Parts: sequence; C-alpha cells; structure tokens
Amino acid sequence: MSTMLKFQVDHLSFFYGAKRALTDVTLAIPERQITALIGPSGCGKSTFLRCLNRMNDTIHGTRAEGRVLLDDQDIYAPGTDVVDLRRRVGMVFQRPNPFPQSVFENVAFGPRVLGTTSRSELEGIVEASLRGADLWDEVKDGLKKDALSFSLGQQQRLCIARVIAVKPEVILMDEPCSALDPISTLRVEDLMRELARNYTIVIVTHNMQQASRASDTTAMMMLTDDRKSGTVIEVGETKQVFTKPQDKRTEGYVTGRYG
Amino acid sequence: MMLGILAHKPANMNTARRYAVQRLGFGVLILASLLVVAPILFVIGAIIARGVGAINWEFLTAMPRDGMKAGGIFPAIVGTLLLTLGTALVAIPFGVGGAIYLAEYARDTWLTRAIRLAIVNLAGIPSVVYGLFGLGLFVLFLGFGTSIVAGSLTLAIMTLPVIISTSEEALRSVPVEFRTVSASLGGTRWQGIRNIVLPQALPGIITGVILGLLRAGGETAPILFTVAAFFLPRLPQSPLDQTMALPYHLYVISTQVPGMPAEIQYGTALVLLALVLSLNVVATVIRSYFRRKRQW
Repeated sequence: MSTMLKFQVDHLSFFYGAKRALTDVTLAIPERQITALIGPSGCGKSTFLRCLNRMNDTIHGTRAEGRVLLDDQDIYAPGTDVVDLRRRVGMVFQRPNPFPQSVFENVAFGPRVLGTTSRSELEGIVEASLRGADLWDEVKDGLKKDALSFSLGQQQRLCIARVIAVKPEVILMDEPCSALDPISTLRVEDLMRELARNYTIVIVTHNMQQASRASDTTAMMMLTDDRKSGTVIEVGETKQVFTKPQDKRTEGYVTGRYG
Repeated sequence: MMLGILAHKPANMNTARRYAVQRLGFGVLILASLLVVAPILFVIGAIIARGVGAINWEFLTAMPRDGMKAGGIFPAIVGTLLLTLGTALVAIPFGVGGAIYLAEYARDTWLTRAIRLAIVNLAGIPSVVYGLFGLGLFVLFLGFGTSIVAGSLTLAIMTLPVIISTSEEALRSVPVEFRTVSASLGGTRWQGIRNIVLPQALPGIITGVILGLLRAGGETAPILFTVAAFFLPRLPQSPLDQTMALPYHLYVISTQVPGMPAEIQYGTALVLLALVLSLNVVATVIRSYFRRKRQW
C-alpha cells in the first residue's frame, strides 16, 4: 500500500521574535497514520506541532521560514485563510480544556461557528462526534450537564469529539494524555487507532511506551549542536526507530539513557 | 500514648510568644475592620431611624407641595430613575465595546497606552468638573439645554472609566486558553469572544456596570448644571425636559430651604439610600451566583 503524504515540511525554521525555536525541520507526515514526535523537553516539539495549523500566529511577533505543504498547498503562503486552515487541521491540547458549558454546547461549538444552525442537524453531528470519540454511552443521558463535571479522561475525549465535529482532515495532539491516569490513557490511545482510519494524526508525547504502542511513524527531535533551537534528527517507521535507531542520540533517548 | 503526650506538650516560650504576637496582630486587624464598618452602620442606622417616619404612599407617589415642605418626592424619584436609565443606554454600549476592544483586539502601542492612561485619569477627575464639562459641551455647545439628555450624557462620560476598567478586567480574567481553543476549532476571533469569552466575563461586566450606574445615580455635581431642576412639581415631558433628581433634591432641601422638616430630609435620604443599596444587592447576588457556577 502506497501512503499518501498529508504534510510535507520543507526546511522550516521558526522564530519567537529574535529567538530561534526551530531550525531546518524537514519531515513528511503520511496521511491517515499516526506520527509521533518525541524528544526531550524544550526541543520545540509543541512549537513544531503548532506550526502545522499556524496556532503560533496567535502569539505576537512570531515568524516562520521555509515551507509547510498541506496537500501540496503551502500554508504559510500569503493569502492563506488561517481560520479555514484550523478547521482542516484540528487540535487537542495537553490539559483537557472543555468550555465551561454543557457537553452538547461544547461539541456543537465548531459546527455552529462554521454556520450550522438547524437543531436536528446539530444533534446529529453531536451524537456522531461523541460516538466517534467513544464517549456517547457515558454522556448520552447528560448532554446538558456541565462538561467540567466529568472525569479528566472523559473531558479529554470530549475535546476530541469537539474536534471531530468540525470534520478536520488532521488532528494534532499535544501530549493529550499527560494529565490522564493509565486507564484513561489507554482509552485515548485506542481511540487514536480508531481515528487514524479516517484522520491523519500527529501526536507529541513524552511517553516512550505510548509512542511505540500507538504510532506508525516516529520523528525524533533534539536541540541543535549550539543548543539554541530544535530540529528533527531522525524519522522512520516507529518499530525501526525504537529497535534500530540510526542516530546515537535517538538510541540514548528511546532506551532511557537521557532526555 | 507516648506520642499523644508529646503532641500535647506545652508550647515552649518561643512558640508562646509567637502566638501572642499573632493574636495581637489579628486583634489590631479586627479593630481596624470594625472602625471602618462602624460609621457606615451608624449613618445608615441614623437615616433609617429618623427618616422612616416620613415614608408613606403619598411621600413616594405625590408631587411636592408648599415649597417642598409637604407632599412627596415622586418627580425626584422618577428623575433619578430616568437619568440612570439614560446613563445606562449610553455608557453600556460604549463602555463594554471599548473594553472589548482594549482587552481583545488592541495591540500594545503608544496609542492604546495613551487611551488606558486617559481612562485611569478620567476616573480620578472630580465630579463637578464633569458637570462643568457637560454644561459646556452638551448644554451650551450642542444645544441640548438643561435636559435629561445632557444630564445622562454627562453622567455617562463620568461612568465610562469605571465600566471600561472593570469590564476589561473581567475579560482579561477569562483564560487565554478558551480563545485558543475557539481558534483551533475554526472560529474567528469575534466568534470566540462572542460565544465563549463574553458569557464568561458577563458577571464581572454586569457587576462593573451596576457599580458604575450606582455612582451615577447618586451624584449631585454633574447634574447640577446639566439637568436638575430646583423645584418642578410635574414629571418630565420629553428627553429634552429638565427633571428633579434625588441627590440634588436632597441637597436643595438640606441647604437651600429654610424651615424644612428634618423628617422629609431624612426620608429623602432614605429613599436614595434604598435605591442605591438595592441595586448594590442585585450586583452582589449576580456576582456570587455566577462565581459559584464558574469552575476555572
């Protein structure tokens, strides 16, 4: 089976003001697979992830160099509609962050801002999204309940449902399980596997087992030799990165010798 | 058993002294709080005690008679309510709109810094200066005459800094995360503000608005030259009409009319106080209700 590429990142560098955060990142992200970004803290994994839907733009004074192709379209080209880009490339954050509203309102938020007004249509989307996030059976009797009254694991799956509701093509996940207990973590991982049939998933994780269990491709990021900015030092099939890493630094990191 | 004895061992000298210092500190703080509250309670108590006898149906609903020494204060009550309403109509849209701009859209430039500085300084200007400003701009230059329009606009300008700064504060206290999440779901900035940020900030904004309007309703100096009538025993006929108003009426009957029965003075003060305090209670209830619901 030949895999299509969803993202092609080409010599991407990224700056917060004068401070360089990423240097020369080149990476291909296959469609409908799970790509894990691993590496020590502060090496720019989250920054890189947020380059893929231009969430960094919300911070004043940031700048990107190089190209990020989404389906062969450079998302940093002038004239790119950032709002539409973020609909296509959704995001799940580190801490579960439902809006302080009902479950229904949370999931319906995206479709609503995109223009769906019919109540029955919204109800259909909400149910489908909650089913898609493996949450429907737990919340179907409490759609009007405050989202914050559910457990953290449920809240995170609610956030995933909220993303699915806008029918994105890609879902970015920034350490989605770091606030969750092991059981909730496994449920989210199962869910990721399920979602990867329809969505391209890019996940940042500090959990080596998670990367090796749940991803198809793994990209290892490190600080550059001057230790001032991050870059990708190795990419490959997950199994290979974990069993036969090409780079000594990757080997040291995945075997837990440092990082 | 041994552990229990250890735990109940009398404190050594050092600890005892530290506790004594703590008790002394708390004592001073409690005393300070009581000293602050006592005069307020005394004033309220005195007004109620001396004014309650004047309160009856006629006092609240009739026109003043006999050079204001008899009859009621109905036109002053209506005038104050109308002025507060007029102030709200102007100050809320401009104040909340300005706060949204400053908190959500404005970048940190010399211009926005100048605007913020102006707002802070406006809040510190004595109210009589607002009155003179209103006289110059609204009454004379714009030709509204001494009228409810001129008075409301003057009070609105005086209230704006309060509404803007409390609303901006309320908006800023909503976590940035909600805006980020809204953007990540394909919402425009305005959609995030309208659907998530504003509802979350609403209790704070409402509180600020009510407190601002309270101040406007109780002010005398800004309405002195712009709207208030000394004695006008009828209701205003149009927004361009003058009106009586409670604070000014109270000033008049306390200082300008010889032989005024004290009971009417205190009764008027009591009505004004009741209006202001009841609005204050509404603000407090709204705030605590929403604060209990808020979980972030």
